[in-house]
Amino acid sequence: MTYITKPKLHHPSLPTNRLGYTRRDYEGSVSTLCAGCGHDSISAAIIQACFELSLPPHRIAKLSGIGCSSKTPTYFLGNSHGFNSVHGRMPSVLTGANLANRDLIYMGVSGDGDSASIGLGQFAHSIRRGVNMVYIVMNNGVYGLTKGQFSATADKGSKSKRGAVNSDEPIDLVGMALQLGATFVARSFSGDKQQLVPLIKAAILHKGAAFIDCISPCVAFNNHAGSTKSFDYVREHNEALNRLDVIPERQTIEVDYEPGSIEEVVQHDGSVLRLNKLAPEYDPHDRIAALTHLQERHAEGEVVTGLLYLDPTPRDLHDHLATVEKPLNVLDEAELCPGQEALQRFNAQHR
Amino acid sequence: MKATDVSDPDYFHKVVDCQWACPAHTPVPEYIRLIAHGRHADAYMINWKSNVFPGILGRTCDRPCEPACRRGRVEKDPVAICRLKRVAADNKGDIADRLPKGPFPRNGKRVACIGAGPASLTVARDLTPLGYEVVVFDGDARAGGMIRSQIPKFRLPESVIDEEVGYIVDLGVETRLGSYVSSLRSVLAEGFDAVFVGCGAPRGRDLDVPGRKEAAANIHIGIDWLASVSFGHVEKIGRRVVVLGGGNTAMDCCRTARRLGGEDVKVIVRSGFEEMKASPWEKEDAMAEGIPIMNFLVPKSFTHEGGRLTGVVFEKVAPKFDDKGRRSLVPTGEPDLHVACDDVLVAIGQENAFPWIERDAGVEFDRWGLPVLGEKTFQSTNPKVFFGGDAAFGPKNIIWAVAHGHEAAISIDRFLRGEDVAARPPPMTTLVSQKMGIHEWAYDNDISNELRQKVPHAAPDIALRDIKVEVELGFDQKLAWAEAQRCLNCDVQTVFTPKLCIECDACVDICPMDCITFTENGEEEDLRRRLMAPALNLAQDLYVAEGLKTGRAMIKDEDVCLHCGLCAERCPTGAWDMRKFYLEMTQAGQGCRTR
Ligand SMILES: Cc1cc2nc3c(=O)[nH]c(=O)nc-3n(C[C@H](O)[C@H](O)[C@H](O)COP(=O)(O)OP(=O)(O)OC[C@H]3O[C@@H](n4cnc5c(N)ncnc54)[C@H](O)[C@@H]3O)c2cc1C
Ligand SMILES: Cc1ncc(C[n+]2csc(CCOP(=O)(O)OP(=O)(O)O)c2C)c(N)n1
Ligand code: SF4
Ligand code: SF4
Ligand code: SF4
Ligand SMILES: [Mg+2]
Repeated sequence: MTYITKPKLHHPSLPTNRLGYTRRDYEGSVSTLCAGCGHDSISAAIIQACFELSLPPHRIAKLSGIGCSSKTPTYFLGNSHGFNSVHGRMPSVLTGANLANRDLIYMGVSGDGDSASIGLGQFAHSIRRGVNMVYIVMNNGVYGLTKGQFSATADKGSKSKRGAVNSDEPIDLVGMALQLGATFVARSFSGDKQQLVPLIKAAILHKGAAFIDCISPCVAFNNHAGSTKSFDYVREHNEALNRLDVIPERQTIEVDYEPGSIEEVVQHDGSVLRLNKLAPEYDPHDRIAALTHLQERHAEGEVVTGLLYLDPTPRDLHDHLATVEKPLNVLDEAELCPGQEALQRFNAQHR
Repeated sequence: MKATDVSDPDYFHKVVDCQWACPAHTPVPEYIRLIAHGRHADAYMINWKSNVFPGILGRTCDRPCEPACRRGRVEKDPVAICRLKRVAADNKGDIADRLPKGPFPRNGKRVACIGAGPASLTVARDLTPLGYEVVVFDGDARAGGMIRSQIPKFRLPESVIDEEVGYIVDLGVETRLGSYVSSLRSVLAEGFDAVFVGCGAPRGRDLDVPGRKEAAANIHIGIDWLASVSFGHVEKIGRRVVVLGGGNTAMDCCRTARRLGGEDVKVIVRSGFEEMKASPWEKEDAMAEGIPIMNFLVPKSFTHEGGRLTGVVFEKVAPKFDDKGRRSLVPTGEPDLHVACDDVLVAIGQENAFPWIERDAGVEFDRWGLPVLGEKTFQSTNPKVFFGGDAAFGPKNIIWAVAHGHEAAISIDRFLRGEDVAARPPPMTTLVSQKMGIHEWAYDNDISNELRQKVPHAAPDIALRDIKVEVELGFDQKLAWAEAQRCLNCDVQTVFTPKLCIECDACVDICPMDCITFTENGEEEDLRRRLMAPALNLAQDLYVAEGLKTGRAMIKDEDVCLHCGLCAERCPTGAWDMRKFYLEMTQAGQGCRTR
């Protein structure tokens, strides 16, 4: 951390968004993470994405568990709602909040320890229920906060800072998210904001369970030679499938691309995701092929990144449960207590 | 772009905007920090070494440093650098024991300085401790040049001039005051090894329009009149006064007239108010004393009755722009304006004049009547004769006169030692890390949100009663501290070591000013548009570093960097470091010599 607060002064030509805010207005307090921590870059990417989408900060709720990664919500979106749950319990708190108020944008922030160890069950159920959220795992392969023990996402054969070799099989959260029915699945790298920012924007616009696994090197405990989550390793083995542009409304393509290299996906709100395919044969709408491709490449030691899977017409938890349209806090007495007659009709349905 | 060579002393010097803009290259941020620490004598000595007249300049400097100050680009107003300098001078206490002390062993060479203005006095100060016997001549009875004769006492008290001129004379400089030099040949004949001409630009321009001769008794040339006031020959002026001209001399004339009985004093200028040559603060101060400034009026004639001036007739004009954007003043056709008055002060410019330099003395003049000089050496076509100050390139200001004086002193020293005058000594620089601990720096890196502090003024009724009452009271120590905190420490440089960088983006993410970008290198024009924030200020350099693992380049736009050190604090590997760049100009003496 630093002893001084980040100066209020900003670049004289700093742009403002549709709401009149600058990017700086989406910042939080100054980070207390280790200097150089990948998590800080992801925070910066979240700030940039929310700024670019002109999101009103008070319409966002950020929820997290425990860990260095789970501390980051303090360092972005200082004017948004926040909830720091116990270790691994972010998904159930988020699910509950979402059920109560479906109008907010939910940003679940977690770590590989928080989600793949203690919170694995929580992670799984929130995904399979299709909670409308952005679920970001800042994945560094270790428990950073407790001084660098291997986490469940550490690759088999990866070396710890002290030289111990991990002998356990890794949990692949992306693979699980695909199997459990997430309707938006991506992987990215904290050191590549050009890829990460559009992915976060697209995930926010996606009305369903959007999962992003973001490799985020721990400079203190997992950035050495022999680690598969270091800056150098990820840069060397990064296999980007595509680059994404998020376009608020459909526009004609001005740039010439190779035929077949561009795919446009219209989202439910009219926004367009323009995929620049770096691997033309990869189909991001085929769940099973995606799983196969990921496993094949992982076996080769490669880290596949980009938008891995997208269902453009997702259904979420509220659709499944046919819940009331409005947030619970705006329902009036008549709606909440519909009277004796309504109660009897309801009971009759269950006889 | 090519990778930046930070070992070139100009590179980091340019980042210190104020120091780069200062003609004498005074290490501004260093002395501002000392003032913040209450070390006024230390701050004073840095100034004294570099600009010779800190107390005088702290009140009167044209302050080219301030429009250059980075604070003006990142907030609203620049740091009040000039007035902070005065704080050091006002609070320094006794510094006599820090000054060089004579008598100095003589080296047998004699140097004459013509004129006792700031240029000559700087030459005398630099050369006397080296053993030169320096003799300063002036036609006036007291030393100081226009500092003494022109600048009114309500801006600069006599005691400050006495003190700082005294420090130089006390080194053992011989002054021959009240002795106007009427022949360069005779000075050379006296056996001087070198002559420095620092006689200024002593002639005020006149206005030759009908009525000028008839009303002469009440029409005064501004600088002659101010000199007469300064030396006590004039103590009064008429009730209604018109000042012609829009420069700083006009501002001093009108404010002086207000104090000598002028109740209805007006400044009248040909051009528009915005285009006036006077500094904005001089205009403000004049207007605050109830002096209106009227513009777009061209003087046509003086009216008079029985040999007495009765007023001035003006033609009304308006600006007109041609297709090239060039402006001319064209009559509006409205009836002329007659402004009744008792006295007129003509302050429409100054000229150089060298009636005392014989045309066959070996000193060539160009077609504007200025001496032909070596650009950096200040040596004339007579190798023994050097020029500086207003005499060199026409009227400028005190700090330029001082800067010229330092350069001329180097030339004279090298010349009299038989060394090549054209070879100029490089500045002396150091670059020292400010890191004390993980988050601790040897400088205060926090950024103050204070706006520019205002200098308190004496109440107008008191100030206008007596010409000797100083208008500006100067910052007290509390205001000085608040103002000093606004300085961004631009001399504490961000230094980047590519081989340590792991490209984690931490510096990019933390930088409050979007200075840093990691991207593919390219041509400067293209690069400037591709950065985190477009780098549109072409006067400010891009810091380019190569040798990163991904093959990208680190590009830092120096323009609006706050020198807050957050990039270095957030850097996990120490690839960024904050290092203090100290640059001192080499002055005459050991450092400037080849042998
Ligand atoms: C009204 C007015 C106000 C000003 N206010 C400011 C200000 O606030 N800040 C600022 O920075 N600058 C100001 N200036 C400009 C500044 O005073 C000059 O630029 C500066 O003094 C030039 O210094 P110098 O050493 O070249 O010569 P000068 O200061 O002009 O000194 C030259 C000296 O040489 C003497 N001299 C000339 N010829 C001879 C001779 N033949 N023999 C002997 N002696 C001779 C003169 O008597 C004079 O004393 C002002 C100028 C004027 C006219
Ligand atoms: C119930 C409970 N068990 C254990 C811990 C100890 N603990 C704190 S953080 C952490 C792991 C965090 O790892 P991860 O989510 O990967 O976050 P990182 O610090 O790596 O970003 C553990 C086990 C705890 N705080 N609470
Ligand atoms: S311990 Fe690792 S994860 Fe935690 S702040 Fe430090 S670098 Fe980041
Ligand atoms: S902020 Fe300070 S160091 Fe920077 S230009 Fe201004 S006075 Fe000089
Ligand atoms: S010192 Fe570093 S962090 Fe601060 S403004 Fe300059 S480049 Fe940015
Ligand atoms: Mg972790």
